[in-house]
Amino acid sequence: MSALTVTHSRRQFKFRWSRFFIYLVLIISVVFFLVPIYLLLITSFKSYQEVNMANMWNFPLKLSLESFKYAWFGSETGGYRGLSGNFVNSLILVIPASLTSAIVGSLNGYVFSKWKFKGSDAIFSLMLFGMFIPYQSILIPLVQVLQWISTFTNPIIHAIQGSTVISGSHTFMYWLGELIPGYGTIGGLIMVHVIYGLPIATLTFRNYYAGISRELIEAGMIDGDGFLGLYRHILFPISMPGFVVVLIWQFTSIWNDFLFGIIVTSDPNVQPITVALNNLAGSYIVEWNVQMAGALLSSLPTLLVYIFLSQYFIRGLMAGSLKG
Amino acid sequence: MHLNQKYRLYSILLIAPSVLAILVFVYGFIAFTGVASFINWTKMKIDFTFVGFNNYIRLFQTERFLIDLRNTLTFTVLFLLITIVIGLLLAILVDQNIKGESLFRNIFLFPMAFSFIVTGVVWRWLLAPGNEITGALGVNLIFEKIGLGFLANGWYTDPRIGIRAVVIAAVWQYAGYIMALYLAGIRGIPVEIVEAARVDGASEINVYRHIILPLVRPITLSAVIILGHISLKIFDLVVSMTGPGTGFSTDVPAFFMYDTTFRGNRFAEGSAIAIILLLLVAILVVPYLINSSKVEVER
Amino acid sequence: MVKKHWYIVVALMVVASILMAACQATPTAAPATSEKPSGKLEIFSWWTAGGEAEGLNAIMAVYKGLYPDVEIVNATVAGGAGTNAKAVLATRLQGGNPPDSFQVHAGLEVEKYSPSQYLVPLDDMLDPAVYPADLLAMLKYEDHYWSIPVNIHRSNVLWYNKTVLKDAGIEAPQTMDEFMAALETLKGKGYIPITMGTKEGWEGAHVFEGFLLSFLGPDDYIGLWKGTTAWSDPRVTSALEAFKKMMTYVNTDNAALTWDGAAQYLTTNKAAFLIMGDWAAGWFASQNFTDFGWAATPGTGGQFVALSDSFALPKGAPNETAAKAWLQVAGSKAGQEAFNPKKGSICARTDCDDAAFQAVPATYDYLHATAAEWKTDRIVPSIVHGAATIESWATAFKDTISLFVSSGDVAKTQTSLGQLCVDAGVCK
Repeated sequence: MSALTVTHSRRQFKFRWSRFFIYLVLIISVVFFLVPIYLLLITSFKSYQEVNMANMWNFPLKLSLESFKYAWFGSETGGYRGLSGNFVNSLILVIPASLTSAIVGSLNGYVFSKWKFKGSDAIFSLMLFGMFIPYQSILIPLVQVLQWISTFTNPIIHAIQGSTVISGSHTFMYWLGELIPGYGTIGGLIMVHVIYGLPIATLTFRNYYAGISRELIEAGMIDGDGFLGLYRHILFPISMPGFVVVLIWQFTSIWNDFLFGIIVTSDPNVQPITVALNNLAGSYIVEWNVQMAGALLSSLPTLLVYIFLSQYFIRGLMAGSLKG
Repeated sequence: MHLNQKYRLYSILLIAPSVLAILVFVYGFIAFTGVASFINWTKMKIDFTFVGFNNYIRLFQTERFLIDLRNTLTFTVLFLLITIVIGLLLAILVDQNIKGESLFRNIFLFPMAFSFIVTGVVWRWLLAPGNEITGALGVNLIFEKIGLGFLANGWYTDPRIGIRAVVIAAVWQYAGYIMALYLAGIRGIPVEIVEAARVDGASEINVYRHIILPLVRPITLSAVIILGHISLKIFDLVVSMTGPGTGFSTDVPAFFMYDTTFRGNRFAEGSAIAIILLLLVAILVVPYLINSSKVEVER
Repeated sequence: MVKKHWYIVVALMVVASILMAACQATPTAAPATSEKPSGKLEIFSWWTAGGEAEGLNAIMAVYKGLYPDVEIVNATVAGGAGTNAKAVLATRLQGGNPPDSFQVHAGLEVEKYSPSQYLVPLDDMLDPAVYPADLLAMLKYEDHYWSIPVNIHRSNVLWYNKTVLKDAGIEAPQTMDEFMAALETLKGKGYIPITMGTKEGWEGAHVFEGFLLSFLGPDDYIGLWKGTTAWSDPRVTSALEAFKKMMTYVNTDNAALTWDGAAQYLTTNKAAFLIMGDWAAGWFASQNFTDFGWAATPGTGGQFVALSDSFALPKGAPNETAAKAWLQVAGSKAGQEAFNPKKGSICARTDCDDAAFQAVPATYDYLHATAAEWKTDRIVPSIVHGAATIESWATAFKDTISLFVSSGDVAKTQTSLGQLCVDAGVCK
């Protein structure tokens, strides 16, 4: 019977609804999903003269990069800041933060999957809860603690940023200072993102390592690997997919974070891009085309990740669903 | 064994920093917020005078907070319902051996690459209502052009719609994600089960109703948990899209908490809002966590 | 091998540079003396754009001229009409990490900073002789002056588009009745009679404070905040009803707009009126819009709802010497004459020269007239802008009026307003 031999085309579609209906619904959905993106794109490529309300849906008559220029560099006459500095802030924030949480998460995952001890599952569950808490419930003490840390680190930061011992190193020293944890520094934000990213990173690696057979570990032990040696020689070399998933997940969620950004940083020179974009878009002195260009620019990294690494991106989303 | 004991010690040492960090930054901080919600901390200077449930009582007498709770409820119910229905529908349709399947999937998932801030900025413009002078804008303008002018409305600026307009943007962002979850679930169902039903002469609709939907029920549960905890603590989207809105028609507890605490310096009340938010999320998540760790043990 | 050594050298250099810088940094942290200020000076404000930012830069330039050794750090926080800035400021003061000086509205707003704990009293820096008595009364809290005022803004101003009014054949209204009649006429002519943005939640309350004054008069308006006028007073009801009626003439997208977004309807000849503080004059100028006229909010002629920006000195300011010099400049004639024409406000001091304001022709006419009225009008404090009452009451007041904008429930709003007074501990 033919029905039994179906292997590759799993479910044949031989019933009442017409294929037409399926495609119709899909295409209507595509319109719903693409309309905002269409508007985002056409508006950001319009010049100021073309941002006419009545023609807001029309394709730009002439592709203009003017709005990107304003969104990126700001406008002295318009009285608003560009996003360029904040874009760099976000990069400086997101790279060390995602790397750190991936590495720590991987080590935790190693323990929680391969060296379970009495109570380790309970500890793991307690950690997981940290993934779901509304961060509002920790913001107030968080600010206090960061302030407290600042009383120690601020003198160091000032000293680093004020020093000019290595000539021409002003910018370098500035960023070095910003990387030190404290209230209002990028280092402070990195610390916060690493800590609150621990549950998801640990979960992903635990689930990933759970799929790796015990025999591999035992073989390693026979080869004389110690506790960390097993991790280094057996697990780490095959962890690449896990790392990619966690890095992408952390990258997108830290890049897209707003709450911690607005709570921890106040100086517009230090704020991450989401906060800067919200300020740019929130003031009515900024024209729509510039706002849209800003929105597009600030989404570029995550869009690139999505476009080029979509399979890992989706796997990260799945990991986030607790399904593993 | 000697080695095992040594390795257990190493294990504990290795996870200790993370566990400690979570203990302090999650549980310790929550405890601090809990204490703060019972004291008289209404100015910058911390005042440890115990006031019992006064902060909570005051909150429940504040109209803005009551409106916020109502908004959250409306938002959560609509957001969950619509997102799950659309997500499931899209998953089923995409699963029908269609041409260009991966293109469709990628388009539906695309919004997940944006931040809530960007989504808010874009939808703020899409749903900008326009007025007597500028004429219709955004979606309203499209409605007018295709002869559906009666559908045009004030969107988020109309207090009667308020938070429901924000739901549209949130659904746009998350429906594709839910589709991907369901699709993975449907694809994970062994072919034999489905084929057996078909051989028995079940109609395609019945195959979905009686075989596939029951089997993807755990995914619905995951979806409820994920979307639910996002929606209860929603903040960014509201900030960038609407702000609190006229008569707080688009306000949410997370925003009120931010306003009260960091702008108004009424830390005690802010803590009380935070604790209420936490309880709401805990009601949703804790049973799920306990359940899934039980399943874990059984395995 | 060579590479490894290289790293060690760099590491040593970094450590050494940190240590050296740390040693160098110590002297500036020494207690303030009368020596010449130097080092960094961090000035914290929410003046990020337009005339406000220009004004701040101008006063900083005056400071730079006097104290070239000081590097000014202009720490501004954008957004939310200063609310975002205040949020940041509070956390910094609490954490013992204050800026050197920060912006605060003159008046009871200072209460939220627990001044006796976090601020330095400035009684010896403020010269009572050069400030008007009404302003001094506003500034005093717990028997001390906590900040140095730099300017005066007026809250109760009705702005209008001259061309639109001419086209509709109406004069600027003086009374509430004239105002309502004008709104009706304008509506018939197809204009937005009055434009308003209510996005940030304070704008409705801003208009309403003018209405309260209009119906209650200055003494009873002030009485509302002292507990001597009852909130159940029928004139409060009338004010609410008038406000509700006015809201029917407002642009329908008001909830989507901030005040300056809404003001664009006025500058493009689409709307006739706008009730907004006189920072609008500076904003009109920045838009190259000159076709505006002004009057007091209907029924408040001869009364001046005032607010004032001032600078305070936090305890533990990192560079107190430079900060005190800054406050001196902020309070000086030269400083205020540099700042105010750009900011679009009048001097807090009474002795500024009119000539200084001629430098900015776009706002000169308005500021010239207002400076004269400041001397003759009855001064009453603004609620919404921190002068009349403590911030928590002002915030609750804003929230209540924001709710009223959408609900239109007069009785319920009046009851809530009364309850707020009880909550604040002023009424019983």
